[in-house]
Amino acid sequence: MTSSATASATATGSPLISIRNLQKSFGSNQVLTDISLDVDKGEVVCVIGPSGSGKSTMLRCINVLETPSGGSIVVDGMDMTDLDLDIDAARIRIGMVFQSFNLFGHLTVRENLTVAQTKVLGRSRSEADKVAEANLAKVGLSEKMEAKPGSLSGGQQQRVAIARALSMDPDVMLFDEPTSALDPETVGDVLQVMRNLAEAGMTMVVVTHEMEFARQVADRVVFMDGGVVVEEGPARDVIGNPREQRTKDFLSRVLHPGQLG
Amino acid sequence: MSSPHATGDGGRNGTGIPVATATPKAKMSKRQKAKISRGIQYGILVVIAVVIAVVADWPTLIDTFGRVDIAAGMLPDVITKALKNTVVFTGLGFVLGLAIAIVLALMRLSSVGVYRWIAFVYIEFFRGLPALVVFLVMGFGLPVAFPGFILPQLVVIMIALALVSSAYMAETIRAGIQAVPKGQVEAARSLGMSSSRAMFTIVLPQAMRIILPPLTNELILLTKDSSLAYILGSSVDGRELAALGRAEIVNSANLTPFIVIALCYLIITIPLSYLSRVLEKKYGSADSGVK
Ligand SMILES: Nc1ncnc2c1ncn2[C@@H]1O[C@H](COP(=O)(O)OP(=O)(O)OP(=O)(O)O)[C@@H](O)[C@H]1O
Ligand SMILES: [Mg+2]
Repeated sequence: MTSSATASATATGSPLISIRNLQKSFGSNQVLTDISLDVDKGEVVCVIGPSGSGKSTMLRCINVLETPSGGSIVVDGMDMTDLDLDIDAARIRIGMVFQSFNLFGHLTVRENLTVAQTKVLGRSRSEADKVAEANLAKVGLSEKMEAKPGSLSGGQQQRVAIARALSMDPDVMLFDEPTSALDPETVGDVLQVMRNLAEAGMTMVVVTHEMEFARQVADRVVFMDGGVVVEEGPARDVIGNPREQRTKDFLSRVLHPGQLG
Repeated sequence: MSSPHATGDGGRNGTGIPVATATPKAKMSKRQKAKISRGIQYGILVVIAVVIAVVADWPTLIDTFGRVDIAAGMLPDVITKALKNTVVFTGLGFVLGLAIAIVLALMRLSSVGVYRWIAFVYIEFFRGLPALVVFLVMGFGLPVAFPGFILPQLVVIMIALALVSSAYMAETIRAGIQAVPKGQVEAARSLGMSSSRAMFTIVLPQAMRIILPPLTNELILLTKDSSLAYILGSSVDGRELAALGRAEIVNSANLTPFIVIALCYLIITIPLSYLSRVLEKKYGSADSGVK
């Protein structure tokens, strides 16, 4: 089922992620009003917007950590809102990186990287170890293989979290403000890892406040506010020369925080 | 007696000379007051100990509670049979109780309302019930209610102890599970783990850090509750510590067996208390990456 779905998705040239009229309410609080968004294979999309605009909620709907209230989400040919879909199998192909890292605190870095490989993918221990070593090298932390997450800095933990997600060989990576919880001096390392990943051709959806990163790495920038996509396009347009007043207001607030009264 | 304190405090005072000279001499510092009050407390304790030692009728006391010959006569059965039975009863009851408690805790946290409700009723019911009542119902109520349905004594004791302990342990486990941040489950699910896989490989092991110390305490309480097995009566070989103690007291018309039995309980419970403290120290400080 999976391979045929992938084949059809690539064959027809349809986007890897296709979100149509997505709605999400928490009780009476409608957080996402009507979101439509396509992400092509190999594309890097950065999502920006004010706090509470629903960026995390949108991202979490893509791998159904939040159940959408309406609309459709298709990832790699899989209808994520279909109740008959094997959601665990679907999530294997969607890597996710959280703001607060969420490394498994009782496991070593090695175990963090191998536990799902062996238990979910059924890889042998030695195979999983090899994959783990390769991915930990990718994020520049080979020497931390046997460390416990608690002994690592925030930036190191986040890089391990990225390596953990990569170890499942996902088709797409979702990032929810991966650097917002970090000390300023460790932000650069994490962004560099993400930059390398983008250059290697990974499909990425990145919720971020790092405008410089969005400007340099994103193929497309999406500005969200009040549960809708207000504006989207190349970074040089959305960030460099926004059309909408709401985008301008937001950008002037983030880019020149001191100048606001 | 108070001299070591004096030198100790004096040494520390020595480092704070400027402070000492700054405060008026007439006023006692807090530390001095505390030292005097501690001295008075020690004094009272010494007086009480002396009074007891003088007033007590030592020959009678030893004759009633400390007859070495009676104590020696209880060996080795008190260890090889009674102590062993107490440990076996407690262990079996605890293991079954723990299994029930894990199921109950998961039911309490289930998204299915009926499960939550059943677990809630069970926990509220058994948490409020004295262990004695559970033993009476299990031992005498059920055989009357279901004639012919006779369980082996060991099974009755095991179930009774499991019922007594499971409700409390279920609440402990539920609290432990809830203390594990939601992000841990989300990370596990995002890697493709099913919710039960995430529970058993990611959440429960981390909850154990929080659960283990109170669970060890429950094991101590259960060791003592196992003494209620005596009301069910038993064969000579099936006696646990309390039953043997009662029998020996009647046999010897002396209270020495009490002391022997008490020491035996302490042999079990003191290492457990120690274990509980070690676990608490080990896991109490959150050095994990859990945020
Ligand atoms: N699980 C939840 N239950 C109830 N309300 C929620 C839940 N998650 C999010 N919300 C609400 O949805 C709204 C949007 O939240 P969301 O986290 O998606 O915003 P965001 O754009 O990611 O903001 P931030 O930049 O602060 O992360 C907020 O008003 C929030 O209170
Ligand atoms: Mg967010």
